[in-house]
This record gives sequence, C-alpha cells and structure tokens, in this order.
Amino acid sequence: MTAANPKCKASELRVGDARELVLVENLSRTQIVMYAGASGDFNPIHHDEVFATRAAGYPSVFAHGMLTMGMTARVLTDWLGDGVLTEYGVRFVKQVWPGDTLTAKGTVTVVGGDGAIELEVVTTNQAGEPVVTGRAKAQLPR
Amino acid sequence: MAEHEFPIDRTAILSFAAAIGETNPIYWDAAYAKATPLGDVLAPPTFGIASAHWNPDYGLRGPRRIPARRPAEPKAESPPRSGGGPNLTRVLHAEQRFEYKKPLQPGMKLTVSRRAGRTWEKEGKRGGKLHFAEEVTEYRDATGELVLVATSTSVITGKAVDQ
Repeated sequence: MTAANPKCKASELRVGDARELVLVENLSRTQIVMYAGASGDFNPIHHDEVFATRAAGYPSVFAHGMLTMGMTARVLTDWLGDGVLTEYGVRFVKQVWPGDTLTAKGTVTVVGGDGAIELEVVTTNQAGEPVVTGRAKAQLPR
Repeated sequence: MAEHEFPIDRTAILSFAAAIGETNPIYWDAAYAKATPLGDVLAPPTFGIASAHWNPDYGLRGPRRIPARRPAEPKAESPPRSGGGPNLTRVLHAEQRFEYKKPLQPGMKLTVSRRAGRTWEKEGKRGGKLHFAEEVTEYRDATGELVLVATSTSVITGKAVDQ
C-alpha cells in the first residue's frame, strides 16, 4: 500500500455502517463558477444563464456533475482518511440546480480481512431525490 | 491516442479543493500534511479532472487560447454533432470512475493520455435517442508509473433532459 493517512481501521467497520454529511446548503451560482475555473470546464450551460435557458432550454444553469462528485467524496474521506481510496465511481442521475441543498451518505457494503473495504454512496437533494449514486473501494489498516 | 502534460501544484489544488467546499487541511495546509504519512499536501479524489486545463483538445475550454489547439484528427466513429465543435447544449456527463494507484501530490509531473472507449446507443425515456461514449484517461508520473485512471462516460441527448 502506498502512503496514506487513514482515520480508521477496517476492523472498526461493519457492513451497514453509514455516515451522512451535508455537502452544501443553498448551492450558489458563484460556487458553480468557482468549480468551472478550478476544473477548466467552461461549458456555458453551467455559468451562462442566457445560454442555459434560451439556447439549451433548461430552467437555469446547473452544476457540473463533477462538482457534485467532488463534494460527495468528502463523506468518504472525512470518515476513512486521506489517500485511502482505491476506486471511486458515480452515475449522474439528476441535475443539481442553484439553491439545492445536498446530503451525501456512505454505507459500508464489504469489509475484507486484508483491510480492503467497499462502500455505496448516494447524494440526495432537498426533495430526497438521488442526484449522484456510486461505489467506492478503500484500503485501510486491518 | 493524444498525450499532454499535467504538472501538479498547490495553487491548483487549493483552488479545486475550495471549489468543492473542502475544509480538510490535507488539501492546503503544508505543515499539517507534513506531519501525516503522506508528507505533503494531497489532491482531492476528483482533482484529475482538472487536467483539462492542459489538454489542447479539450472541447469545453471556452475562449481560452492556450495551450494551442492541435490540428483536428478525423475520428472514425464520432457521435452526431451539429456544426464543427461539440454541441454544448446536449452533451451531458453520465458516469465517471477513478482508480487510484498512487497519491496525487504537488511537484508531480504527470503525462496524461486519452483514448476512446466503448460507444453505444439507447432510447431515452424523455430525452430522445441517447448516444453514449466512454473515454479512458491514464495519468503516469515521471518514472512512467500509473498514478490514476479515469473513465468518463458522456451522453449526447436528442433534446433538453426533462426534470
């Protein structure tokens, strides 16, 4: 295993253990623009209200899926540690709009004897609708 | 297969971590990071996506002019597009997956290579015909060792996706 900063051991975890984290309350257009700048994704659909509504036919700009994926990882890394993830994948199932409040939940699905664990993640909006669903694997001390 | 460089630095990591609402000091506080087994600041798990800044072929880069674009290579099976570039109103990100091999940290000089993956079509429930395309991105360090693999699935929709 390469260098990492684990915050817990696999032996402390059980299948079904879960953590929740509020990722953002009332998501701002400014944060979406910050993400555009940091990621390099300048699709105007995420920052140009006129383009998003008149040209593309959406009710407003909406967040990059990768912004939600990036925020969602916090529920895993705040819990398990830094540099411990070995895999992380998501599906973008619903758009995230300015004003949304997002909550992520991570649930342990597998605890291996070698310290390898697997989790499910889901991030929901204020209406309880999943916006991102996915899975992760992590390597922890036993 | 197209390649480009991706040098990792603390300012880009700080900016990215700030944008995703991070509070974890591992992403910006060098003194904190030094006292951990990682020894230095770390990039957040989805930071690899920011290699777009260095990709001369990146389709969503807006009006930026550097790095200079490479001449376009004809693609055998490109999905239908209106006009010359990608149709920005209809390309959505469907799935994203990362496989982590080594911690991504400042000072690393990565080489990024991209290749097209699978493509397929599906009849959408409300968005018309959906065209899916996978892209696999490999990030290697200066010694050629694999640091990160990213697999991105895009979908091109026939019309705006209903909510």
